Amino acid sequence: MRRLRASSSWKESPRVRRQPRIDPNFADEIAQIPGGDRLRECIQCGTCSAVCPLSAYMDYTPRRLIAMTQAGMKDDVLGSFSIWVCAGCYACTTACPKEIPITDMMYALKRTAIRNGVHPRRFGTPVLAREFVRSVDRWGRNSESWLAIKLYLKTHPTLLLHDYPLAERLRRRGRMRLRRESIRHQAQLRTILRTVEALPDRSPTTGAIPTAGSKGAP
Amino acid sequence: MNYAYYPGCSLKGSANSYEESLLAVFETLGVGLNELDDWNCCGATAYAAVDQMKAFAMAARNLALAEGTAPGAAPVDLVAPCAGCYMTLLKIQRYLKQHRSVADTIDGALEAGGLHYEGRVRVRHPLDVLINDIGLERVADAVTRPLHGLRVACYYGCLLVRPYATFDDQHNPTSMDRLMTALGAEPIDWPMKTRCCGGSCCGGPLVGTIREAGLRLISVLLQEAKRREADVVVTACPLCQFNLECFQGRVGRELGEPVELTVGLFTQILGLALGLDERRLGIHRMLRWDLPELAAIDRGGAVVCA
Repeated sequence: MRRLRASSSWKESPRVRRQPRIDPNFADEIAQIPGGDRLRECIQCGTCSAVCPLSAYMDYTPRRLIAMTQAGMKDDVLGSFSIWVCAGCYACTTACPKEIPITDMMYALKRTAIRNGVHPRRFGTPVLAREFVRSVDRWGRNSESWLAIKLYLKTHPTLLLHDYPLAERLRRRGRMRLRRESIRHQAQLRTILRTVEALPDRSPTTGAIPTAGSKGAP
Repeated sequence: MNYAYYPGCSLKGSANSYEESLLAVFETLGVGLNELDDWNCCGATAYAAVDQMKAFAMAARNLALAEGTAPGAAPVDLVAPCAGCYMTLLKIQRYLKQHRSVADTIDGALEAGGLHYEGRVRVRHPLDVLINDIGLERVADAVTRPLHGLRVACYYGCLLVRPYATFDDQHNPTSMDRLMTALGAEPIDWPMKTRCCGGSCCGGPLVGTIREAGLRLISVLLQEAKRREADVVVTACPLCQFNLECFQGRVGRELGEPVELTVGLFTQILGLALGLDERRLGIHRMLRWDLPELAAIDRGGAVVCA
């Protein structure tokens, strides 16, 4: 069985320790996502961790991540394996008795980690996300085959050979094509995206959404 | 009946059998799906891991385009078969309504692109349309080849019912089970209906991002369906379908838990019951298609050979 290589911070035993550097603004930063103010309401009941189909693979369960975020343990939270294991299935969000948008919070943590480069260089999930964005920003649509090839080359090029038989089976059935999918009005889409990028009050870490005028939890 | 149709990237790629079977069954049922002109990526979940507001802008352009197809004040139904696109499009609608800051930003961005969105679009999943607009009676009437004896494991996956339960129960959805019953099939009772398939850990087509965790989730689901003697796992999402079908070999090799099970789309099973040719349903594209022989019954009730 192939083992995923964890970064050195993940290999340490996952015990809560006193951090040399606590960021008192970290919780506020993450709470800027729409509905994120609910984060402060967490009662640490652990329902999120119980319903999470992937918590067994996490170094910190969702419940612990929330507590650590509240405590300002920015380095441990952003350096955790958990935020990448989260599949975004919303099981926690729908089960949370305090209506905390936990999945959205996980996405906010991923964004913050990607922006700060807190992950091993060849780790698949952030590479996939970045390449996906690059491709749809340019073409307007995602071309699965090209994305897959890029991901292999930027993470584990040798795996490309290993996984080639499956690709070939799909290709023979017309399910893998190298045709580039794109839209006609690429300039229009680019203008729309650039307008968002150019917003002056954009918070880069929490994915750009200012809290002012929030009408409550989603 | 006519609907605007948002295919999404997967249905133009590895899930082309979903598009083929969807268009074929809707045509047979007399429902038109008009592909939205120049639609773009929905701003899928992978995008949200980089920039949420830009992801919203991506989704909003599609809504604006859909609204543009029906001038006036009438609502526009936009059918999104991919559960990922479906949830993403629903999500931007909620955020536009509930968060001023999102609405202001998106309105401004669309305006810069010469577009405008009022909020007339209703995002619909084909299952929702089948159950609530077409109706199971009409579907049952159109069945020419009842699927008697076929044991199906209805798998809804995550994003079809979470976080927004629009047309079905969030914890125990039944729409697909009811559809399968109307086709004569026998839905099994199982607890995995909405459990994550691990697709995003397997990284979608081909590349494993957190392979071990993803493969384990696939294994758990398929073993359970097998244990309850399902003939086929029926999905309503291109990513679940891909993940559960294409990585079966890897589950066997890498976890040492071999499992072989047909994983189809609900539109393909529906198409079979409507008597459509397997090629029109994209069944020749599946890596595994191994259903028990079904008796074909013509409209008069006389049994003919399948």
